[in-house]
This record gives sequence, structure tokens and C-alpha cells, in this order.
Amino acid sequence: MFRKINLIAAACATFVAMQASAQVTDNVVKIGVLTDMAGVTADITGKGSLVAAQMAVQEFGSTVLGKPIQVISGDHQHKTDLGASIARQWYDTDKVDVIVDIPNSAIALAVQGIAKQAKKLVMYSGAGTTALTNEQCSPYGFHWTYDTYAMAHGTASAVVKAGGKSWFLLASDYAFGAQLAKDTSEVVVAEGGKILGTVKHPLNLADFSSLLLQAQSSGANVIGIANAGNDTINAIKQAGEFGITQKGQNLAAMILMINDVHSLGLPAAQGTYLTTASYWDMNAKTRTWSKAFMEKTGAMPSMLQAGVYGSVLHYLKAVKAAGTDDADKVAAAMRAMPINDAFTENAVIRADGRVLRDMYLAKVKTPSASKYAWDYFEIVRKIPAADSVIPLSASKCPLVAKK
Amino acid sequence: MTDSSSVKSPWLVSTAVTVVCIAGLVLAPFFLYPILLAKLLCFALFACAFNLLIGYVGLLSFGHAAFFGIAAYSTAHALKEWGLSAEFGLLFAVLVSAVIGFFMGLLAIRRQGIYFSMITLALAQLVYFFCLQAPFTHGEDGIQNVPRGLWFGFIDLNNLTALYYVVATLCVLGYLVIWRVVNSPFGNILKAIRENEPRAISLGYRVQRYKLGAFVISASLAGLAGGLKALVFQLATLNDVSWSLSGEVVLMTLLGGIGTLFGPVVGASLIISLESMLAGSEFPLQVILGLIFVVCVLSFSRGIVGEASRIIKRKKSVLHSLR
Amino acid sequence: MDSFLGISYPALFGQLMIGLINGSFYALLSLGLAVIFGMLHVVNFAHGAQYMLGAFVAWFLLNKLDIGYWPALLIAPVTVAIFGALIERFLLSRLRGKDPIYGLLLTFGLAMTLEGTFQYLYGSSGRTYGVPSALTGGLNLGFMYLPIYRGWVIVASLIVCVATWCLIEKTKVGMYLRAATEKSLQTQSFGINVPLLITLTYAVGAGLAAFAGVLAAPIYQVGALMGQNIIIVVFAIVVIGGMGSIFGAVATAYLLGLVEAITKIYYPQGSSIAVFVVMAVVLMIRPAGLFGKE
Repeated sequence: MFRKINLIAAACATFVAMQASAQVTDNVVKIGVLTDMAGVTADITGKGSLVAAQMAVQEFGSTVLGKPIQVISGDHQHKTDLGASIARQWYDTDKVDVIVDIPNSAIALAVQGIAKQAKKLVMYSGAGTTALTNEQCSPYGFHWTYDTYAMAHGTASAVVKAGGKSWFLLASDYAFGAQLAKDTSEVVVAEGGKILGTVKHPLNLADFSSLLLQAQSSGANVIGIANAGNDTINAIKQAGEFGITQKGQNLAAMILMINDVHSLGLPAAQGTYLTTASYWDMNAKTRTWSKAFMEKTGAMPSMLQAGVYGSVLHYLKAVKAAGTDDADKVAAAMRAMPINDAFTENAVIRADGRVLRDMYLAKVKTPSASKYAWDYFEIVRKIPAADSVIPLSASKCPLVAKK
Repeated sequence: MTDSSSVKSPWLVSTAVTVVCIAGLVLAPFFLYPILLAKLLCFALFACAFNLLIGYVGLLSFGHAAFFGIAAYSTAHALKEWGLSAEFGLLFAVLVSAVIGFFMGLLAIRRQGIYFSMITLALAQLVYFFCLQAPFTHGEDGIQNVPRGLWFGFIDLNNLTALYYVVATLCVLGYLVIWRVVNSPFGNILKAIRENEPRAISLGYRVQRYKLGAFVISASLAGLAGGLKALVFQLATLNDVSWSLSGEVVLMTLLGGIGTLFGPVVGASLIISLESMLAGSEFPLQVILGLIFVVCVLSFSRGIVGEASRIIKRKKSVLHSLR
Repeated sequence: MDSFLGISYPALFGQLMIGLINGSFYALLSLGLAVIFGMLHVVNFAHGAQYMLGAFVAWFLLNKLDIGYWPALLIAPVTVAIFGALIERFLLSRLRGKDPIYGLLLTFGLAMTLEGTFQYLYGSSGRTYGVPSALTGGLNLGFMYLPIYRGWVIVASLIVCVATWCLIEKTKVGMYLRAATEKSLQTQSFGINVPLLITLTYAVGAGLAAFAGVLAAPIYQVGALMGQNIIIVVFAIVVIGGMGSIFGAVATAYLLGLVEAITKIYYPQGSSIAVFVVMAVVLMIRPAGLFGKE
């Protein structure tokens, strides 16, 4: 009789197990890396993001709940229509369960809406607009790595505390540049500093000399560079040319990636303050992971690529915990578990979808202090998560209960 | 430019072709993804509108994205902020493009050749700058989550198939407008102006007026395409007014055939499909598009449709001479 | 009166000086473009890509072949000129006699191909090229700190512009060139090899663009897209100056550098469209351009 019960129990268990695995839709967990493969952000995301996602899958184990995991990539080329159609097609016809990265705020915002409609998940690493967790927040969208608030607050508050009281801002004439400038000004003034002037420049400006001249003549301690990519690189390079740093003014870059420093070179970039979500050389875990990444891509990971890895890993863990790839259940599991990966320690996801993680204030090393390849940053200190996000009380997200 | 007379096929063949096309349009959403199809149609209309100027009036506009984009923004804003229904939003967009087209045309038409192109480029850059600075566009974030609503009050545009049919109908109407303009006394005068402007002037035609008229029609139809695109994707961004889009539409028309009616449709479809296909691969799209450009100009200067119709004509004349 | 419209005189002079420096880049690029258009009636959209090529050749010479800046100033333009000659001989010559739009479209496609290839190979952030040691440091002019290298840019560009103008207007070769483009059949009947002259002209134009690229490499990041943004401005300059006039292009370039400098003081966001506003206004008042011949 016991044997019969055992048989029945075994049959029931098998039946239940089959149901559980049958709850992975389409018998595959598909991850779509929507990124910029050949354009202006290709170095800090692009192929590296795809590799990072693949490394996360490898680390997790290539199957979850008995089903294979597939990673595909799509190049949005910074064209909103193309990015939006790829996302739609992925969710609607190609059975993609989650989209990651998206280094373009217009496309990110578009996908936020598409994901909400399709009831599928999206995790942003490349995009930095705070709208993703404010007016356009969604229960299906997670803002993983950084936003303009974190970058501005991290760098500005640390620099003011270190003595940089008077600032001159160079901001790109774009929504994110304006946001960075606004956040920076708020922090500086709140910490007792002064903004001596702000100048806005068109995107892709090659020559910053006249703006730097204005910054120089203002006499500010700190020149805040509120732009990104090639604009940041050109501004820093030309600041060096005009002897700005030699004369005692400091540069604080709001958005500076390790790849930017690599192409600038240490002589030009040395001494610049920046905020980063992660750095390849922080500890043994990050070093191991990053060296494996470097072997595949030829460069150390930017914080955005590290973020793609982290988001994919956490997603897979959540799928396993939830026992299904149904978006609502996985989202709940993602929120319930703390986020731990090679670069992140005990981060959590907030009600508005924002990941609360510690950030790091860094300074670019001088050439003499750099001992080996890619030894670019000196981590000055950790910025606790609470200091680098918009407080929930100020949030414009409808999902957040108002007190 | 190229010989623009359409292939004088016998009545049976052209009707058959039309029937096949219409059948294709009607059945397509059941085989292909409706959003992609709708996108193809919008860009096909955009390219056809552009082609009206370059193919039939001989004016190369480098700023056509200005009309496309400003219409996309107008539609998006009207539908989202003013709550207009789709048909009025589109009407508004077409009006806006027509007005901007009128003023841009007034300035640009005074010059010819490369000067005309440069003026259109400069004015389009000013439109881009306006779109960048104006608060209602939200800069590079764009206008997002544009509601589609109901068409004529009862067709739910959130149903992708219904949306596709509405877009297809309007694009076909736009195409018919172009066809009518080209095959009309107005169109003949445009061709005369393109072939020999001093002669047309000496014959008493107010050439500037005709050119301006063509410019406004082209701008309005480009605006219709832009408005439809905003409806399909529910967004409008700076991409839509960018110089690179103006360059893309030149490529689409060149590939398909400048001065042929159907050419731009073929060119647009090919380029959009190529973009979609290559999005998942590692191939550098820019390089491939550039090479296509170069090859097209050197060998295929008539474009795919132009080349095809030339081959057909030659075959017919060979057949004819053999009788 | 210590200041002018809210800005002190020293600061104003500093900004104007920077305007002159930028004008020098524009002048070199407009020169090449004006030469090609004036002589060949080809709108060379690949000019920006040739500028980028010049910078990349200089970078390559330094980082792979250990050849420094000064030789690069000669080698890079010559290399790109040869490349330009090949383009003209094998591609552009096929379009001679056709509508000039085809030449424009061909060079546009070439630009896309070149820029796309370099972006694919070298990524978007580009590469750094250092300022040559002889030109590092700066002079304190009182009203501003002028990096010596920037001063050198003004000097080099003036020399090259004047030299090219002399070559075309004052020498025999220049005379043949002008004859070849104005009356090609008659010139050919005199036994002068017109196709060769045309190829040479295009090569010289490309070489001028590359020279500007080498001058730019130590200042701007050497990147695949460095030509894209500057090319539209340069086109506008040539149109404002009058497309047939080389002197007009160069003069307008310096003028525009100054206009941009002033815009950067009072409305920096608009500095990228200042040239288009000027172009629209000029073409309405003087349709042939400021120094045009039509």
C-alpha cells in the first residue's frame, strides 16, 4: 500500500513539475538586448552589452526551469521608430520576455509604453532619463543602472563637500543636459556653494574654446561638464589645452565612462571627478568578471554594460524563484529579492521601478599613478543609495502611494 | 533628369498590376506584421511626395524631413494634449506642413540647382532647431504615448489591422493625388518647366507659382506621411525632423527611381526592410546604405523601377520591330 | 566704457580670437570645396569624410609607424589626395556631363560609406592625437591665454589659403585649370590634358581637406563623425560666399568664425544654426552670394 501511495505521490509530483515547467511561455526564456551597435554609444553599450547579457546567462546556467535561455540583440541605431518597432515585434511576435539596455531616452520611453501594453518586462541600463521612474513609471519597467539625478548629485555634492564652492556649468542643449545642469545647481546651492554661470551648447559641438574661456574668466573653482559622449571628451581635452586645470580650476564631469577616459588618455583626463555605478577594479569579483569580459570584447566594461549583466542575472534568478516567466510574478520576485552580482551588493528595487544601489565617487588617476592597462579610476568614496536617488516623497510616479 | 513618361502598357496589363497591388495591400496584414507594413506605407508616401519635386520639377530638396517631422509633432501634440480625434489631428498636421511648405517654398524657389537645395537644408535646420527648443516637443525625449483613439468615431485604431487599413487607404489616396497632379495640365506645365524653364516663361507661364504650388503639395503630402507615422508609432521625436532622415528619403527615391511614380514606393520598402533585417545582425548599415547609394548613382541612375521600365520598353520595341 | 553689451573688452577680444581660429578651419575646408565646385562644378559631399581621413592618417602614422606631426602634415594630404584622384578617375568621371546632382549624390554616398566604415572599425569615441611638443603650451596675451598650437593653426591656414589662391590665379597651371573648366573643349584642342587637370583639381581639393584634418587632430577627437557636423556649415559658407569664388569662400569663412564667436557669447545654443540664418538672409538679399559672380 505504501508503494501505491508512493506511486501516486510520484505521479502527482511529476504532474505538478510538468505544470511548473509548462508555465514558461513558448518553452523558452528569451532576452532581447536592444542597443546601439554602431553609433555614438556603441562603445559604452553595443556589443559589450550583448556579451554582458550572455555572460549573465552563462553564470546562471544556460537553462531555467528546464527551458533554454536565448539572448538576441537588436540595433536601434538611435532611430526611435526602428527601436519602437523592434520592441513591438519582439514582444508581439518573437516571444521575447524581457528587453534590456536601451541607450536612448526617447526609445526607452517608447518601450516603457509598449512593455506596459504587452505586459512584459524591460530593464533599462543605458538610458538615464528620470522620467522612467517618475511621470512614465510602470510596474513592468526597471531603471537599473543610473539616472541624471544620481550622476549630478553624486559628483556635485561630493565635490562641493571637498571644497569646490563656486561652479560654472557647461551643459548640452538637450533635455538630459538641462536636467543634469538643474540637478547640479540644486545640489551645489543646497550644500552652500554658488553657481557663477551656466552656458548651454548645441549637441555635437566640436569646439568648446569660447565656452571654456567664459568658464575660465568666471573664476569658478569647479567647471561642471553636464553633457555626455564626444561632447564630454572634447570639452575635457580642450580644457587641458587651454591650461584650465593647470591654473587651479577643477573639472567635474557629470557623465563620464571608462571608455571615454580610454580614448581621451590620462594626461588629458587626469583629476576629473565623476560618479559611477561600478568600476572593473573595485574588488576581486569585479576584476575576475571584467577580465573575462575584456577577453571577449577587448575593453573593460562600462558601468552600463555591467548593469546589463546585473539586470539579466537578477531577472533569471527571479524567474527561477517565481517558477514561471509570467511578467507580473517575475516582477514581484525581482522586487522581493535583493540584487547581488559581481558589481552589486544588496541593492533593491523600489516601488517606482528604480534600483537603489550604492554609487561611487571616482577621480581619474594621474598618468604616474596608473600602474597597468585600464587603471584609470581612483575610487574616492561610496555614495549610499539613499543619497543618489530622488526621494519617494518627491516622486511624480503614480504607482507610489502619496503620504 | 529621367524620362518620366510611364510605361504605355496595354490596358489589360496595367489593370492586372493594379488589381494585384490592391489585393496585396488588402491581404498583407494577415501575413506580415501590421506595424511594419504601416511604417513602409508611411515612408513610401513620404518618398513619393519628395519625388514629386525632384522627379517632376527637378528640384532636389534637402530638407523634406522638416515637413514630415513637424507634421508628426503636430499630430502627436493635437492628439495627446488637445484631445483631437485622429482625422482632425491629421488634417491639422497637413495644414501645418502646407503653411510651412508655403513659406519655405517662397524663400527657396527663388533660386535653382544647388542653391535651392542648400536653402531647403538651411531652413530645415532652422525647423529642427525650433523643434529642439520648443517646450512642447520635450527635446530628445519626444512626445510619447500618443493616444490613437477612434477613426471617424467608430474604428478603433488600437486594433492593429484596423489601423493598417486606415493608413493604407490614406497612403493610397496620397499616391493617387500625386498621380493626378503628374497626369494633369498642371503636371504637364511642371514638366515643361523642368525641361526648359526660359521657354516656359516665354510662353507666358507664371513659373514661380507653379513651382511653389508643387512645393506646397509635396510638403503637404510629406506632412500626411509624418502625421500617419506619429499615429502608427504613437510618438514623435527629433529623429523625424533630422537631416539624416532627409538624406534617407533621397536615397529611397534614388534607389527606386527618380521621376517614376512607383519607384519611391519600391525604394522606401527596400530601405526600411533592409534596416529591419540588419537590425539584428552585426552588419554596419551605414556602410551598406552608402554603397547602395554609390552603386545606384553610377549604374542605376534611373533606379530600380526606371531601369525595369526601360528594359520593358526596349523589349517591346524589339518585339515591335520584329513584326 | 569698460565693456561692450555686457562683456568686457578683454573677454570680447578673447572670443573674437577664438572665432578667428575656428574661421581658419572653415577657411581651409571652404577653400577645398570652393576649388572643387568652382573648377569642376561638383558639390563634393565627401569633403567632410576626406577631412576625417586626413586626421586618421595622421593618427595612424603616429601610432603605427611612429611618424610624427610635421611629416604627417605633408604625408596625410598627399595620401588623401591620391585617394581623391582615384575617386575622381574611376567614379566621378563617369558622371561628367550629367546633371550635377548625380555628382552630389555620389559623393554623399561615398561619405556615408567612409564614415560608416571608420565608425565600424574605430568605434564612436574616436582616438586621441597629442599636440606636437614644439607647439605645446600657450602665450598669455593679457586678454586671454592662447595655446600656441591654436596660433599655429591661424598661421598655417593663412599660408595655405594664400598659396592656393596664388596657384590658381597667378600661375600657369592655375591658368590652364581655369581655362579647362570654363572652356574645356577648346582647351583640350590646344593639347592640354583636360581630364588630368580635372583629376588633379579634385585631388588638390581633397588634399586641402586632409590638411585641415591633420591640423584638427590635436584639438578635436579624431573620430569617424568629425567631418559630418562641420561639412554642412562649410557648405553653407561656400554658398554664402558665392559658389564660384575662392576668395569669397575664404573671406566668408573668417567672417563666419567671427559671427559664431559673437553668437557663442550671447546665445551659445544657437551657434550651430547661426550660419543658416546668415545664409537665408544673404541669399534673399544677394542671391548670388556675397562675392558671387552670377
